[in-house]
Amino acid sequence: MSVESLFPRLEPLLPKVQKPIQYVGGELNSTVKDWDEATVRWALMYPDAYEVGLPNQGVQILYEILNELPETLAERTYAVWPDLEALMRSSGVPQFTVDAHRPVRAFDVLGVSFSTELGYTNLLTALDLAGIPLDAVDRTGDDPIVLAGGHAAFNPEPIADFLDAAVLGDGEQIAIAISEVIREWKGEGAPGGRDELLMRLASTGGVYVPKFYDVEYHPDGRIKRVVPNRSGVPSRVFKHTVMDLDEWPYPKKPLVPLAETVHERFSVEIFRGCTRGCRFCQAGMITRPVRERSITTIGDMVEAGLKESGFSEVGLLSLSSADHSEIGEIAKGLADRYEGTQTGLSLPSTRVDAFNIDLANEFSRNGRRSGLTFAPEGGSERMRKVINKMVTEEDLIRTVTTAYSQGWRQVKLYFMCGLPTEEDIDVLGIADLAKKVIKAGREATGSRDVRCTVSIGGFVPKPHTPFQWAAQCDHETVDRRLRELRDALRGDKEYGRAIGYRYHDGKPSIVEGLLSRGDRRVGSVIRAVWEDGGRFDGWSEHFSFDRWMAAAERAFSGEPVDVDWYTTREREEHEVLPWDHLDAGLDREWLWQDWQDAVNDVEVEDCRWTPCYDCGVCPTMGTEIQIGPTGRKLLPLTVV
Amino acid sequence: MVQRLRVRYAKRGRLRFTSHRDISRAVERAVRRSDIPVAFSAGFSPHPKISYAGAAPTGVASEAEYLEIGVSSTCDLEQVRAELDASLPPGLDVLEVIEARAGSLADRLEASVWLLRLPGADVAAAEQAVKEFEAADRVEVERLTKKGMRRFDARQAVRSVTVVNEHERTAGQEPGPPCVILRMVVRHETPAVRPDDVLMGLRLVAGFAPPSPPEVTRLAQGPLDATTGEPGDPFDVERADGDL
Repeated sequence: MSVESLFPRLEPLLPKVQKPIQYVGGELNSTVKDWDEATVRWALMYPDAYEVGLPNQGVQILYEILNELPETLAERTYAVWPDLEALMRSSGVPQFTVDAHRPVRAFDVLGVSFSTELGYTNLLTALDLAGIPLDAVDRTGDDPIVLAGGHAAFNPEPIADFLDAAVLGDGEQIAIAISEVIREWKGEGAPGGRDELLMRLASTGGVYVPKFYDVEYHPDGRIKRVVPNRSGVPSRVFKHTVMDLDEWPYPKKPLVPLAETVHERFSVEIFRGCTRGCRFCQAGMITRPVRERSITTIGDMVEAGLKESGFSEVGLLSLSSADHSEIGEIAKGLADRYEGTQTGLSLPSTRVDAFNIDLANEFSRNGRRSGLTFAPEGGSERMRKVINKMVTEEDLIRTVTTAYSQGWRQVKLYFMCGLPTEEDIDVLGIADLAKKVIKAGREATGSRDVRCTVSIGGFVPKPHTPFQWAAQCDHETVDRRLRELRDALRGDKEYGRAIGYRYHDGKPSIVEGLLSRGDRRVGSVIRAVWEDGGRFDGWSEHFSFDRWMAAAERAFSGEPVDVDWYTTREREEHEVLPWDHLDAGLDREWLWQDWQDAVNDVEVEDCRWTPCYDCGVCPTMGTEIQIGPTGRKLLPLTVV
Repeated sequence: MVQRLRVRYAKRGRLRFTSHRDISRAVERAVRRSDIPVAFSAGFSPHPKISYAGAAPTGVASEAEYLEIGVSSTCDLEQVRAELDASLPPGLDVLEVIEARAGSLADRLEASVWLLRLPGADVAAAEQAVKEFEAADRVEVERLTKKGMRRFDARQAVRSVTVVNEHERTAGQEPGPPCVILRMVVRHETPAVRPDDVLMGLRLVAGFAPPSPPEVTRLAQGPLDATTGEPGDPFDVERADGDL
């Protein structure tokens, strides 16, 4: 049965909304495949506005891989803004894909990529607009399998009621495997309906189907256990890890939007994973081990990507890009290749290290040296030991001195507030550090024309990290410390005017904390917030702390838990955590030991350069560290 | 820069929802993807030498948009047209490329022809409203601009406005719902009078209110011919030079 394009019904609504181009599709390198020739049809969603969702690498990679498969098609859908949502409701237009404007409900899978928990309410809007029942148990054979991925899917429990399934880790291979299971099942005439399909997926051990697991609670609210409620369902679900990134050189044909988006560049992942061991960093814990893409594949991807897209900037992505074993050669090779072509190169996520200045110099060869960013994260030496961010004050001052003396005029420093064991003095230490940075800059340049910006946000403890047991700092304390830091910076006559200060208030972090470490009971809070109009919670102009707190109060009445219980409560070692049955490969005892080390200011080295410290990932997942150097170089491009 | 190329392009179908900024990003990328040797400005952050004249508003289709590209080596005009067209998404279609002669292109764009399709509107009411609009000396309308609500005259800039016979257009097809088509020639003035403003004027003078938003297309823009009252081809100067 073919489906009709919704565009003729959508089109009359577009003149009435902001930035209508975001709903039109037709991006360069987008794909529309014949509906009837495909057996397995994916709608891929990034649950935020188009301008944020379109550049998302995960969605672009899966979109391209799935569309390369025979009998499979993939289209994209994004959260619609409230102006269009209201018009769609009044004129009965359902959630649509931007590629062929097909109704989302007609697809076999709705795959949703959650980088952050703040997209949960947007999932509910999309389901509701699509005509898909919010509760997975109410869905029929006419509804797609609603599948979550992305980092937030490592604890999908708060949205377990709304999901049919979730996958953990790298999506490339598991998306293909899921397509194959669906193709076979449909080929057999869809025996046993939806439940059999979910059962086939669950039995692989690589797809989590929440409704096949029962959660039992202690009277005091803690989880007693999470167990499969039918045979054939594994007691643990494991994450997926792609080995050999050179075999998966995606995106090959980056999507080029007409609408303006948050990242206007061609991005290449130069490696996945990070073993620096920063204890606050969920990404670093759940994406282990480090797997580098080789210098030559990176060079080929940049060349092809620029040609296919026409972008004038290249971003080399990873969790700590300067750590690539051949980053110096990559930087020099790319800078040589694109010299004189007005192509910008950028390297986000760099460490406090003088070597990074050399890299930045290479990348800014012909341009202006404006700003450099470093992330010491903690304001005091002790704090940085707690979080295992191994940067000394001496390192930082030496690095910024080099930067200023080589012509960089502005240094941006990132910090967190509300870290475990933090006291006022740790945050106020940031002011001293910033002043020393300016002082060093003035001495290095002999000029007062140097600036430093302090950017600081609230810390949220995340699942699968050593801080998963930690008490989150309450927002009153965070806000007080941020105010005191502001006063300490602004009040300084000598340095105050050279230091910029950017901060986010602590309230949204509490909601993020509730959603990050929540269990299935938090689902009713999300639903209540959404019913009360909650949308786009990642946007400060749409986010309402009071709405979340009021909804939580209603939803938790009669339960032995509340928002504080989920956020500011420290967990003891053997408490069953909502995500304990979801396995990122990390050994729970190692995580606990690392938590104890944190409290005792004990640092852990990076396993790329020191012996294995048994975090557990490689033996559990059957993976290994993949790093260079390969010894190869980037040759000049031949002029056509 | 050795050559200035003037480009006429169309903005069609769903691409009419692009804004002027969307188009300029798309053109810059298309130029980079193709082998057109675009020239760059000097300075710290060099920009490609591409300039735009009189862009149609977001949501309005056009058969006559214009831009100018500075190139650093002499180009074959038809090759540039074909390459640029192939590099732009379907719907942004490159119609003509010529080499610029003296004079500013923007100065030649004195007036536009607009076609407004008004699905579901009443023909007789439209004809009556046009009559009353043309009879008026001034028709003050309001529009929300970035600087707040602005009041201005929408009558003087309108050279002509006519109701086109819809039946000719749909001849041979199944009769659809009633639809009024307005054709208007509007001078480019400051503040700019847009087709929407004229429509607002029709509402103010005669209570003419179509049930749904208009589908607007710019058919042409160019120097206003005093005798015919129609805009001519802005590339006439280049054509007269005998190069083409």
